[in-house]
Amino acid sequence: MALLQISEPGQTAAPHQRKLAVGIDLGTTNSLVATVRSGEALPLADQNGIKMLPSVVQYQQDNIVVGYNALEQAEADPENTIISVKRFMGRSLDDVLTTYPELPYQFEGDSANLSRIKTRQGNKSPIEVSADILSALKQRAEHSLGDELQGVVITVPAYFDDAQRQGTKDAARIAGLKVLRLLNEPTAAAIAYGLDSKQEGEIAVYDLGGGTFDISILKLEKGVFEVLSTGGDSALGGDDFDQAIVNWIKVQAELNQVLSSRERRVLKEQAKKAKEALSDADSTQIQFKLDNQTQIELTLSLAEFNQMALPLVQKTIIACRRALKDAQLKAGEIKDVVLVGGSTRVPLVREKVAEFFGQQPLSSINPDEVVAVGASIQADILVGNKPDSDMVLLDVTPLSLGIETMGGLTEKIISRNTTIPVAKAQEFTTFKDGQTAMAIHVVQGERELVKDCRSLARFELRDIPPMAAGAAHIRVTFQVDADGLLSVTAMEKSTGVQASIQVKPSYGLEEEEILSMLKSSIDNAQEDVEARRFAEQTVEAARMIESLGNALKADGHLLDEKSRQTLSNELEVLHQLTLQNDAEAIKKQIEKIDQLSQDFAALRMDQSIKLALKGQQVDEI
Amino acid sequence: MAVTLTETAADRVRHFLLNRGKGIGLRLGVKTSGCSGMAYIIEFVDELNADDQVFEDKDVKVIVDAKSLLYLDGTELDFAKEGLNEGFKFNNPNVKDECGCGESFHV
Repeated sequence: MALLQISEPGQTAAPHQRKLAVGIDLGTTNSLVATVRSGEALPLADQNGIKMLPSVVQYQQDNIVVGYNALEQAEADPENTIISVKRFMGRSLDDVLTTYPELPYQFEGDSANLSRIKTRQGNKSPIEVSADILSALKQRAEHSLGDELQGVVITVPAYFDDAQRQGTKDAARIAGLKVLRLLNEPTAAAIAYGLDSKQEGEIAVYDLGGGTFDISILKLEKGVFEVLSTGGDSALGGDDFDQAIVNWIKVQAELNQVLSSRERRVLKEQAKKAKEALSDADSTQIQFKLDNQTQIELTLSLAEFNQMALPLVQKTIIACRRALKDAQLKAGEIKDVVLVGGSTRVPLVREKVAEFFGQQPLSSINPDEVVAVGASIQADILVGNKPDSDMVLLDVTPLSLGIETMGGLTEKIISRNTTIPVAKAQEFTTFKDGQTAMAIHVVQGERELVKDCRSLARFELRDIPPMAAGAAHIRVTFQVDADGLLSVTAMEKSTGVQASIQVKPSYGLEEEEILSMLKSSIDNAQEDVEARRFAEQTVEAARMIESLGNALKADGHLLDEKSRQTLSNELEVLHQLTLQNDAEAIKKQIEKIDQLSQDFAALRMDQSIKLALKGQQVDEI
Repeated sequence: MAVTLTETAADRVRHFLLNRGKGIGLRLGVKTSGCSGMAYIIEFVDELNADDQVFEDKDVKVIVDAKSLLYLDGTELDFAKEGLNEGFKFNNPNVKDECGCGESFHV
């Protein structure tokens, strides 16, 4: 007979209608699937009792192998064995190649577009590779639970942007999973600790995984979580520690030649092994053979490793400081610090985190499992096994969302760390007289200049009635749903004409729309005041050239030839200045023209008054 | 009349109750539904109802309502593993017939 689980009071489901749901931590290095059975949230193990599934997929001739078996093949078949694919999710090929020059894969696709990896089973996008990992987890879950899954909660790094989130959802869809919700990884970890330990107060979740770093400041109160701020680095993790050791080995062993795929793989594995050994040893041996049978033997001490790890750890601490600032808290106000991710086993990480927050971080739940466990608890609630649950989860937008305005500037409409779902509107206007269309360019990021932010989508609002510049009222509304997916609407208020777009790339990477969204990745945003000033002055200059130019055309006859020529010349100087990079010079020139054109403005004013008064009696005015 | 637990089942129930952090015991019951007439109920108990009977076996309080007891008398609850799957099983002497999957039964 069927095997039954204990339900909450009054929640026993009818036969064949059991609501099975799992939480999946789709990690860069390892993935896990967890579920709640008889009230207990635990990761599910495979036939060998192993819970972690390496996020590795090998494409064999007529077979897809996932996990440890694939990892074992990595050395023998490096080009067809995809490791840490999550780092490529939603990133352009250029970006991938610049960030990871040592990859053994053959990539397809042009530089600005999404990467695809050439395998013997054809070109695979990161989404398809992720779907294969999810399929393996789904199979394990259904074997363990004895029936089909009703839904899943999948965790993503807090820093994932819309394209990456949608990519994850699409991967789930390909794997035949119904996504109940995407959940930020640190939030999931907090759920696991919040319910198990019944904590209250502010908590910092420090998540250093294989490929990503996230810091989240959460507020836990009476079972309600609020995310106060998030921060991190989507390209910093355990892999970077490995890479640092790889570089060290190369220097120590004087490996200056170009390495083969196999050698690079062996080096990486040795580096990883050494890092793990140094979690509880003062030194470790590194031994391997090159292709030419030369035996390499090195000893790496913890002190040496700490030295190379320090810059990486310091980067995380800087992000912690910033997240605290966003949350308007001081390190001392954080009640507990939660460690997530296997890389938090590195002793230097624990030491520096403890030092920064002034307390020993918590690690009572296995840092590799805590995210999946939290996701499974959330999945159990969302699928309806705990309808009386009062747990509300507030999530936030990881990055600011806005549109491009004149001069390539970003106008933020929803600022980062706004709780979602959210809808916000702002009014914009036209720049030129008689302008009948407006291009809306949706961007994501913290930088002042559009070129430094991530482009998400473009669309046009047409049929704006012709009006003077600045007279039209165009309302742009941004809406972010509970999954963090964005839709943007622009409406001209007098006529009600509107246009909208949903920033929702699908996995079919052929779709032009997605490709344009994945052009560039986000660097750590840092405000660039000088660039903003320059852009503002350029816009101001363009406005002056346009309006004074028009005025000269219309009323130039009011001036003598010399004054007219002077103004035209100064406008040309201004135009030339906008092509250079000096905001101050543009500003000075604008002020100069402003002075020079005051007489002209007065003459024009007189003329229009004369025109207005012409033929009218004094008492009519 | 009585309902009992195997050693393994009692172990698991005690573990799950402890993990849950609250609850006075385990409710076993039946309700009419499913493809073969009756379906089992297995739930945590936070409050007792007026018609509940409480049995104590191996340090676990087993709570059964009066009506369900008619169908469950003599039942032994077991905990079993089948491949990767694991869960509770009712060994119920009153059952004459059950549906293919065993989630519902007939007396």
